[in-house]
Amino acid sequence: MDVRLSPEQRALRDSAAQVVDRLGPRAVGELDDGERAAKLDAAVSASGWRELRTGTEDGTPWASGVEVAIVAEELARGLADAPFLGPTLAAELRRMAGAPAAAAPETVALAPDLSALACRPEGTSAGGCVAVDTHGAASALLLAPAQGGHTLGQVDLGDPEGGPDLTRPTVVLGDAAAVAPVAGQTRVLHDEAETRITAFGLALTSADLVGAMRGAIDLAAGYARERRQYGTPIGSFQAVQHLLADAAVAVEGSRSATLHAAWGADALPPGEALAAGAVAKAYAARAARTVCETAIQVHGGIGNTWECLAHVYLRRALLATDVLGGTGANLARVLDHELVSRQTPQPSPGETQGGRRGLR
Amino acid sequence: VDFGDSPEEAAFRARLRDWLRDNDPGLPASSTSDDYWAGQAAWHRALYDAGFFGLSWPTDIGGRALPSVYDVIVDEELAAAGAPPRPSLGYLVQGILEHGNEDVRRRFLPGIVNGRDRWCQGFSEPDAGSDLASLRTRAERDGDEYVITGHKVWTSYSDVADWCLVLARTDHDVPVATDSAPASSSGPTGRNLQRRHEGISAFRVSMRQPGVEQRPLKMINGITSEFGEVLFDGARVPASDMIGAPGEGWKLAMTVVSHEREPGELGYVARYKKVVKELAGLVRAEPDRYGPEQVRDLGWALVEAEMLRLHVCRRLSDRLDGITHGPEGSIDKLLMTQVEQAVGHAALSVGGTAHGDADDTWLRVYLYSRAQSVMGGTSQIQRNLVATRILGLPTS
Repeated sequence: MDVRLSPEQRALRDSAAQVVDRLGPRAVGELDDGERAAKLDAAVSASGWRELRTGTEDGTPWASGVEVAIVAEELARGLADAPFLGPTLAAELRRMAGAPAAAAPETVALAPDLSALACRPEGTSAGGCVAVDTHGAASALLLAPAQGGHTLGQVDLGDPEGGPDLTRPTVVLGDAAAVAPVAGQTRVLHDEAETRITAFGLALTSADLVGAMRGAIDLAAGYARERRQYGTPIGSFQAVQHLLADAAVAVEGSRSATLHAAWGADALPPGEALAAGAVAKAYAARAARTVCETAIQVHGGIGNTWECLAHVYLRRALLATDVLGGTGANLARVLDHELVSRQTPQPSPGETQGGRRGLR
Repeated sequence: VDFGDSPEEAAFRARLRDWLRDNDPGLPASSTSDDYWAGQAAWHRALYDAGFFGLSWPTDIGGRALPSVYDVIVDEELAAAGAPPRPSLGYLVQGILEHGNEDVRRRFLPGIVNGRDRWCQGFSEPDAGSDLASLRTRAERDGDEYVITGHKVWTSYSDVADWCLVLARTDHDVPVATDSAPASSSGPTGRNLQRRHEGISAFRVSMRQPGVEQRPLKMINGITSEFGEVLFDGARVPASDMIGAPGEGWKLAMTVVSHEREPGELGYVARYKKVVKELAGLVRAEPDRYGPEQVRDLGWALVEAEMLRLHVCRRLSDRLDGITHGPEGSIDKLLMTQVEQAVGHAALSVGGTAHGDADDTWLRVYLYSRAQSVMGGTSQIQRNLVATRILGLPTS
């Protein structure tokens, strides 16, 4: 066991940090700066980070879940308003289905409550489903029932963008959004593959939450060092210090669980990978809401104004929480794994454990 | 990043698993009954003799010079087998390793590691709790010896200890705290307060001598054999049993308390996992007996305990770059506290309180969990440290 980042992984983290520190929005007003956003998008594009989960010749991904988590965390810390979550999940779906890489930018569509991938039969409407991280995407992938599992379907995106997250818009699909086939698939997605996809998505969204928490704490701690009341920085008051200390603690716990989930997405059998993802997501989702709320509170009245970045972190965390389920859904997955899956005979280490439909 | 076992680690895990099959002493869930503490010494020696304790320490003190991550394997397997956790002694060993001279390390450490010598820790006093530097116990030089006078409290294992690691003032010119001094360890608030850290030395004092009186403390869950208070009235200690140089005791104390905050050093992951596993077993056996709130409390305890296991993996992996004891220990202590108390709440929720003469183990587990936010430094002090030393907030 050695869970330290490799030198290459540290370099990846540093380069993601550099990009987002240089081109990410540093004030709410900069979210409207289209030129800056386009430069960030071009830099993310050029880096190849959106292709980390596309398949090599033998179908394995170019990079592990750990690399994806590293990039997701840094982009969230800097409130990157360039797509990553959506295209990365779409690439994972294509790889698992043995489909060729996307020809044009695409994302994924989720169930109306975002707690699972959208699932609608081919030729029907995907109305009510929600495409996430839609900026620049022409279409969204979803699941379509097929013999023995699911195949990939896709819908065109044309409906208006909006949603809670100011850095990653969502689209509620209209009744006209018809599910069309995706060309070139070579595999039907079975339970096990879908469990793996969910496990990967939970690690990815947990990493997003860790990054948002780090950014929110940096913002609030910086403000607490500068803002003076009673003739002294408010960060010198224990009441303020303890709020921020609790936030810092919550991030570290979330980080440890997320690192394991990111590793486990590839390295553990599907059932175990899903449990690892659910532990990380339940923990990080609970932590992120409190941490981002703390960032708003430490800013006082300013924190409740549109111009303060604190709510942008909170909004980003709210979306990341909902994607593939927040605390409730993932607590249920953890309990299911402990109370139900463990009742069945344990496979020997290294042997693959069958994914269970109910777990998704 | 690899959370999996190397071939050597897998072989070690298999050996331990085999050994545990025949050697689990069947002690109760720790900290819930005096039987646990009575059997702890034998458990320590059995673990050590079989080659499963003291793994990361140097071979010349009886360790095995393995990477610290082996301790994670031990914690996991102990929990899986339902065995008691490993003894929590790492902080003493780290403190003496770092601050003791060659002679002290050679004479003191092997006995601690192999479990033949039982030690307790005499730091806190009735008037020196969070503000440890205000301690008043005195050590007066008398020829080749020092004479110790003072009152120590919250002294774990004092009833069975052969030796006590005592912090005492040897430089009586250094002013001790006055009652008007602010109690804060978030940073020095004045020259005099800063100087109080000087003039404190550390000793190994025999508990088996006249002038040492041990009194048990009965804790809220009813146990009497974990904590005690110790009164020193003219107890004697050879000058050669001082650990570190005269006046250097504060540095040793800081090393000890920083490791005392680390769940990886304490081995508590096994304790939490054992409790959670037993609670899950109750729910699995009779799912209809438990409502959604109880199951939810169990769910959070599962999440918290697993998080701490993974956090310890991370911290002990970082030790492959060398051991440090920075302010991160305060983060770890706060995480560990959150876990212990979430597990305690699950024990209360799922296990319930016991009426009449029914077994009240789960109530005891819950009540014991309240001490975790006090012992080893209160959560409030830890938050001060995280805020000032990690987040860089100004001291008040």
